[in-house]
Amino acid sequence: MATAIDIQQLGKRYKLGDRVHYGRLTESLANAVSALAGRRSSGPAQYVWALQDVTLAIEEGEVIGFIGRNGAGKTTLLKLLSRITEPTTGEARLRGNVGSLLEVGTGFHQELTGRENIFLSGAILGMRRAEIRRNFDDIVEFAGVGAFVDTPVKRYSSGMQVRLGFAVAAQLSTEILIVDEVLAVADAEFQRRCLAKIEDVARSGNRTILFVSHNMHSLRSLCNRAAFLEQGRLRSVGEATRVVREYLESAAGSNAERVWDDEQRRPGNEDLRLVAVRVLDRSGALVATAMSSDALTVELELEVSTRTAGTAVGFDLESDDGGGVLSAFQLDADEPPPLEPGRRVLRATLPPRLLDGGGYVVSPRIVGHNGRPIAHEQGAVHFDIVGDHRVRLLEHVSRLGPVALPIDWSEHHG
Amino acid sequence: MRSVAGPLAGRRTLETSPETVVRRRRGFSGLQLRELWEYRDVGLFLIWRDLKVRFRQTAFGVVWAILQPLLLTAIFTIFLNRVAGVYAYNLPYAVFALAGVVPWTLFSRALITSSTSLVESASIIGKVYFPRLLLPLASATSYVVDFAMSLVVLAAVMVVYGVAPTISILFVPVFSLMALAGALAFGVWLSAVNVRYRDVNFLLPFIVQLWLLATPIAYPLSRIPRHWQTLLGLNPVAGTVAGFRWAVTGHSRPPTAMVLVSAGVIIGVLVLGLVYFRRTERTFADII
Repeated sequence: MATAIDIQQLGKRYKLGDRVHYGRLTESLANAVSALAGRRSSGPAQYVWALQDVTLAIEEGEVIGFIGRNGAGKTTLLKLLSRITEPTTGEARLRGNVGSLLEVGTGFHQELTGRENIFLSGAILGMRRAEIRRNFDDIVEFAGVGAFVDTPVKRYSSGMQVRLGFAVAAQLSTEILIVDEVLAVADAEFQRRCLAKIEDVARSGNRTILFVSHNMHSLRSLCNRAAFLEQGRLRSVGEATRVVREYLESAAGSNAERVWDDEQRRPGNEDLRLVAVRVLDRSGALVATAMSSDALTVELELEVSTRTAGTAVGFDLESDDGGGVLSAFQLDADEPPPLEPGRRVLRATLPPRLLDGGGYVVSPRIVGHNGRPIAHEQGAVHFDIVGDHRVRLLEHVSRLGPVALPIDWSEHHG
Repeated sequence: MRSVAGPLAGRRTLETSPETVVRRRRGFSGLQLRELWEYRDVGLFLIWRDLKVRFRQTAFGVVWAILQPLLLTAIFTIFLNRVAGVYAYNLPYAVFALAGVVPWTLFSRALITSSTSLVESASIIGKVYFPRLLLPLASATSYVVDFAMSLVVLAAVMVVYGVAPTISILFVPVFSLMALAGALAFGVWLSAVNVRYRDVNFLLPFIVQLWLLATPIAYPLSRIPRHWQTLLGLNPVAGTVAGFRWAVTGHSRPPTAMVLVSAGVIIGVLVLGLVYFRRTERTFADII
């Protein structure tokens, strides 16, 4: 196999503050004046390496996923390879035409119609007019905007804009395709269709795809290899399942804990207040992401001022596309003890194999004995589940809902 | 290293595929005109977008494109000609003024729009690659359409006043191009400066106002001593407007020396602007 992309010690350094502020003439003049006067106004410049010393070879036809927490350098790497910005060190050689999809709806103009934007966005992404014209009907159909194709996109819902944007980009037929996490904004059903589309493209074999996602599930099902970036450096590259596992074990994305430090702002009332909520694995460590077969514990830490008996303390568990999974309260237990004054920790254990792959949020709730809500912290913690147990023989059958408890089947004579 | 080709080319096998090299460039890396040509579709669509948006969103649409030069000419005619007594000697003042206002309008609009083009496309610049030079080029060029419409108006006004063109009218395209090139010379440079220093946005409208007064548009060149006229060509719009006016009306001798000085200034600024643009465009996406 030929090497499609050869990356040698690629690095990108930003001047600190450069990305946040743009200069002003007066500042530069002031700096120039003080430089002339032999004084330095702001000390030595501060630099930060967004990406450092990345060396990687990607084969033709390979689908490679990039993982890492926010700020690890994933998007910077994609921007360098797309030639949007220039590296500070090293080089990369890309053989073949490069198309990049770092945003859905690149180049859309709000005043133009859907039809006009299809041509505009297509051209900006690098498609020829004839190519866009040929794929026009497919784009409209995939986006499901048929009746609105001659309406300005400013009248579209945000969902429709996302669908149209992706539908255009899905027609990019370059030999190398660079895809950032663009689907996070789409609704769940459309995400599924897009992933199926990318999967189609990936399976066709002759295209090299670089793919960034926080959805470990889709990443594992799409990619042969994965690369794990940490603080701008390439930490490991290899078989996708192994690298995903390593990433998860590093507890990289730590949204699994929420602590309310300020006593005044803790959710609750004068009797009891919430101090912290955490998602833990079997060993008691915080987990940002877990396998479906892992047992998980949701921990609620409370500051109790008055002995409390009838108050329900618990949480809502939802999938991050908004689907409810369950609500659980400590009062569900048989004869729950009253909460005594002091620091109290409540733990709820979720059975292994409860949840299918995807992102989930935990929203702690405290409800008074009369049903009056005392506290409700929507989306306080977030974790990801990687599905690792469902028999994947039925890949062509999509499944409903986030619950993945194994179901016993038996056959009987009727 | 093979040529750096865009994604626009058709499908190839890997062996014959273009190779793109991503690395830090130092110094001036050439104008990359070939790459600009390969991405011409993007440029054409950007022009098309600007035209669509401009002529759809405004209530007057096309009328607006010709109203502005007409109104400016009317104001000049009323206040400078009638009130202040400025004359254009052998030409009806309205024709004289409009023949100056038309190329000026192309210049000033193309200058302003190209200077803000990069900043207004910040979101695209951060998300996809194409030669950044297309942005100021396309936004300025879209005003050629407005200019063409105002030429029709100019012709109509000349008919009304009974001013017949001479053979010099063949030079109209030359001076039209000169107005556009002048706008681009400054626009390309200012668009790049604007990425780092947004002061351009605030300064430019003011500068354009002063520029209008500093250019012999509302008053004839003959008000300026002859030996100063050539020097006035250092203002590139002065030579452009004088040349355009001569081409349209064919009156008096061609202001050759002044036009040549202006053309020299435009070429000089254009080259410097392009070099500055090329040197700074690598960091556009980082700081815009």
